[in-house]
Amino acid sequence: MGVVRAQDLVKTYGEGDARVEAIKGVDFTIQEAEFVAFAGPSGSGKTTLLNLVGCLDRPTGGKLLVAGQDVSRLSWRQRARFRGENIGFVFQNFNLIAVLTAFENVEYPLCMVKSVPPERRRQKVLELLEAVGMMEHKDRRPDQLSGGQKQRVAIARALVTEPKLVLADEPTANLDKETSRTIIGLMKRLKESTGTAFVFSTHDTRLLGEVDRIFTLEDGRLNGKINSQGGEHVEHL
Amino acid sequence: MWNTFRIAARNLLRYKRRTFLTVGLIALGTVFVLVFMAVAGSFKDMMIRQMTDSFIGHLQIHRRGYLAAIDNLPLHMNMNAKQMGMVEKALAEIPEIESYSPRIKFGGAFSNFEQTTNIRVNGVIPEKEFATCPLLPGRITEGDKYGRLLERGKILVPELLAKGLGVKPGDTVVLVATNKDGSVNGKTFLVGGVLESATGPGGRDGYIHMEDARELLRMGDPEVSEVAIRVRDFSMLDRLAQDIEAKFPSMPNMPGKSMLEVSTWEKLSPFSSIARMIDALALFIRVILVAIVLVSIMNVMVMAVYERIREIGTMAAMGTLPGKILSLFITEGLLIGILGGLAGWLLSGIIVVALRLAQIRFSFGRQENLLLVPSWDFLQWCAIFLVVMVVAVLASLQPAWKASRMEPIDALGHV
Repeated sequence: MGVVRAQDLVKTYGEGDARVEAIKGVDFTIQEAEFVAFAGPSGSGKTTLLNLVGCLDRPTGGKLLVAGQDVSRLSWRQRARFRGENIGFVFQNFNLIAVLTAFENVEYPLCMVKSVPPERRRQKVLELLEAVGMMEHKDRRPDQLSGGQKQRVAIARALVTEPKLVLADEPTANLDKETSRTIIGLMKRLKESTGTAFVFSTHDTRLLGEVDRIFTLEDGRLNGKINSQGGEHVEHL
Repeated sequence: MWNTFRIAARNLLRYKRRTFLTVGLIALGTVFVLVFMAVAGSFKDMMIRQMTDSFIGHLQIHRRGYLAAIDNLPLHMNMNAKQMGMVEKALAEIPEIESYSPRIKFGGAFSNFEQTTNIRVNGVIPEKEFATCPLLPGRITEGDKYGRLLERGKILVPELLAKGLGVKPGDTVVLVATNKDGSVNGKTFLVGGVLESATGPGGRDGYIHMEDARELLRMGDPEVSEVAIRVRDFSMLDRLAQDIEAKFPSMPNMPGKSMLEVSTWEKLSPFSSIARMIDALALFIRVILVAIVLVSIMNVMVMAVYERIREIGTMAAMGTLPGKILSLFITEGLLIGILGGLAGWLLSGIIVVALRLAQIRFSFGRQENLLLVPSWDFLQWCAIFLVVMVVAVLASLQPAWKASRMEPIDALGHV
């Protein structure tokens, strides 16, 4: 069945002469606990595709099933609820809430999106902070954390609701080589332990070298599905 | 709810200077309103109390048409014994009436045997008059305040007249008056006391005993020009005036209009215009406060939304429902309002206490050395606080709505 299943997925912007086809009939499936990347040059449509899969945007045509739900039919409010229940996000700029501590940032989805009882919430947050190695810094605010630490908190926040899918847009773009490697390793470990599928949009060859599959996009079309273990993806990049 | 409150409070602390300035502005507006209400309100109440308790009374009953001609003090428009009987019966039936005082009002000539001048005189029953206007004895600057000052044969002389003619307590004077038939009569009186002038109609009248007035005016029947009334609850004046008037029969040729009319102090004193002006000023200042709160909070919240578009996008992407985002920003605006309102309350309280301790005195009209005693009406202060809260929420509504309706994809892409 798969966590994500796209059939002839289309996304267009504008109308008439200004009409732009960002995604042109894409088919793919992402399985549970898979580590998948959308790759391709700038403007190829990978961020658009990630936004569609993340229910941040609505497809113009085709069918998109996420966690078994046809998300193209959901209303604005239903999509918000669906994201809160099923999808975690990791952003290139971390996007932590500046006024909250690391602990509170991870806790945020449990109290402001879901209504998890305080004791259960605390237990879950500490568990995740421990898993990403941020227990020592749990009371620090984002401006007191390094880039790598912020991204660890962001990963913990994405996973705290036990989503079926985590979407990460260029998660290593703002990190140095060493930190990137650590973060990739961390996500891989968490994927194994939680069974959550991770989907990336990235240019980072280090990350592309670690994923199970790469979907290469060019001009809104999927060029191929490559198993990164064979190293073939290098040709497409 | 607690989480929303916590995040909202932290966001306010994120921009400390801006929050402080906005809170300060709202506090300043609140101080203006509350201190004005305390000072002007207490001045108004004091003046009303001075007038009603020292010479007007809370309500007055006259024969219909008397008030229109009151400058001439027309004796032929007095209430007769039958009408006075109706008044006494009506007043006895209303428990909210504390006391009443019948008066005969007339104009005459006042002489110290060397000089003569005009005078307006009230013929009263002393014990009833002092019960209805309890501050009247306090206006007696010379003479025996609470003794037998208005026993028969004595007169309380208004201050200006006493000074002008050089009379003092114990002097003999003559009152000359024309009765309603046109004949003139005179009677000698002993000056019992000198009355301090008061602002308003009747504030410069003299007082004699009612029996002396009847004798001077050669009244065969016990006529009365007006009945001053004191009620137990000042806030019920209008309703009581209607209740009393409803007990009187209608005029024969004017159905629906009673032959006796009941007037509140507002109709009898020009100070009511000043009181209305004070109320209008208070309203105007309240409108300014609303504008200050509205503009300052709206400005801050618009800025807050603009500066945090990506954060809003992140929250929305994570699945935060629009209602939660809306309540987060409204709570921020409300918190600014609460802080501003509380700071305004505190500062106003300090200023009011300081003004009371300063013992500021002032003059108004003929009255001098009046002590300004600003007072706070807790309910009114609560109402102002509530207004600040409501306006704070309204001012936050538009920016908060905008934040809650943002498309996460657009908000996340904002630079």
